[in-house]
Amino acid sequence: MKHEVVEKNIGLMIILIIVAISFGFLVEIVPLFFLKTTTEPIKGLKPLPALALEGRDIYIREGCNVCHSQMIRPFRSETERYGHYSVAGEHIYEHPFLWGSKRTGPDLARVGQRYSDEWHRAHLTNPRDVVPESNMPGFPWLNENVLTGELTGQKMKSLRRVGVPYTDDDINNAKAAVEGKTEMDAMVAYLQQLGTLIQTKR
Amino acid sequence: MSNFWSLWIIVITVGSLIGLLWLLLANRKIDSTKADQKTGHEYDGIEEYDNPLPAWWMNMFLLSIVFAAIYLIAYPGLGNFKGLLGWTQEKQWQAEVTKADAQFLAMYNSFPELTVAGLAGEEQAVKMGKRLFANNCAICHGSDAGGSKGYPNLTNGVWLYGGSPEQIYTSINDGRRGAMPPWGESLGEENVKLVSNYVRDLGANQAQADANTQGKTIYATYCAACHGGSGEGNIYLGAPNLADDVWLYGGSDAEIFESISLGRSGEMPAHKDLLSPEKVNLLAAYVYSLSK
Repeated sequence: MKHEVVEKNIGLMIILIIVAISFGFLVEIVPLFFLKTTTEPIKGLKPLPALALEGRDIYIREGCNVCHSQMIRPFRSETERYGHYSVAGEHIYEHPFLWGSKRTGPDLARVGQRYSDEWHRAHLTNPRDVVPESNMPGFPWLNENVLTGELTGQKMKSLRRVGVPYTDDDINNAKAAVEGKTEMDAMVAYLQQLGTLIQTKR
Repeated sequence: MSNFWSLWIIVITVGSLIGLLWLLLANRKIDSTKADQKTGHEYDGIEEYDNPLPAWWMNMFLLSIVFAAIYLIAYPGLGNFKGLLGWTQEKQWQAEVTKADAQFLAMYNSFPELTVAGLAGEEQAVKMGKRLFANNCAICHGSDAGGSKGYPNLTNGVWLYGGSPEQIYTSINDGRRGAMPPWGESLGEENVKLVSNYVRDLGANQAQADANTQGKTIYATYCAACHGGSGEGNIYLGAPNLADDVWLYGGSDAEIFESISLGRSGEMPAHKDLLSPEKVNLLAAYVYSLSK
């Protein structure tokens, strides 16, 4: 085919460009939708409990994922500091996932159970109370905002529609599990379960 | 990966490489019958040459295709084909870890005495412990180990759970859980205030403490079981010494009142599932060396 033909037929050019750039997508992305390692949850993985689910939404609302990644890469420098490298099966129920690509603060993929609840409360209220060198902003309003749980069940329903196995019981009990708790409670519940299924000694 | 997807990847990858090669070679020559070697169109007197691609560009493209072929043979890229080198991310990571662990153990085992107290005397071991501390402990206890409200200072020689090498090792390895129950409900605000004042004056102003007979009685009834008759504390329960001037949760009237009224529950997470015994040993040695 003469390139003149392509250059003078813009419709043909568009089609050929789409064909050309789709190869990477077809090879690198499409098969991942059908692989066991990327579509099956790891052993013991459960959908987030109601309170932690609310905590996750607060995490997103406050933009935590802008400064904190949730993906430990398989390098020794990272696994020494954060723990076992992340695997795809840990994030099956996340919509959207919060892997992130920038670390102004440390990675949080395995922060669960590393520090006490009290530490998280003090740290989220004013980080410099416990880490004087920290440049993380404080989030004191989390202590005051109280959750109603009005939408928690709805959120679970929506997630179930995209494949997260919430049961009817989970959805019906969601409001009761969340109502009256502060946003801080939710946030701590979310943080304390992060990455706790895979543990390694280092 | 199923055979279908493996084949899918191989066909598209190899196919597009061959396609690129074909595209490059099929278009490399220009029509030599055109004498002026111009594309033929003209706009306002401006014409475009139709010259062959520069040799360096052609060769770079060809080289990159050769590189791709070699890469796909050596490394995993074609579906289920593992590549001749057998490289994987996990293997590379494992090799890094194995190498570093061997280095670490060789260095660790070269210390003459592998006890907490013995290691605390080795400059190199203390340095290693310091780095582990920065990574694992500083976030609560501070990078200078000076602690903060609710997180003990490790440098001042005051110990909630004892300062012997073995006790420090146990604190790190197994964790500790302090449990000061809340007394506000059962004692009532007035009584909590009385006993707060008594605790504040203990040691610092003993005469005033002794004069506070009501507070003293409440203390003897409810507090002395853990904190001791004269407020000396108990390292087996992690009950702080109340007669010294070190206050884990602050020594102001309001803070002492809050501690008694609402209770406190400090928690030191166990590290035995996170760190190898050698590393816990080095950490304990560093912490021990801080107050020596």
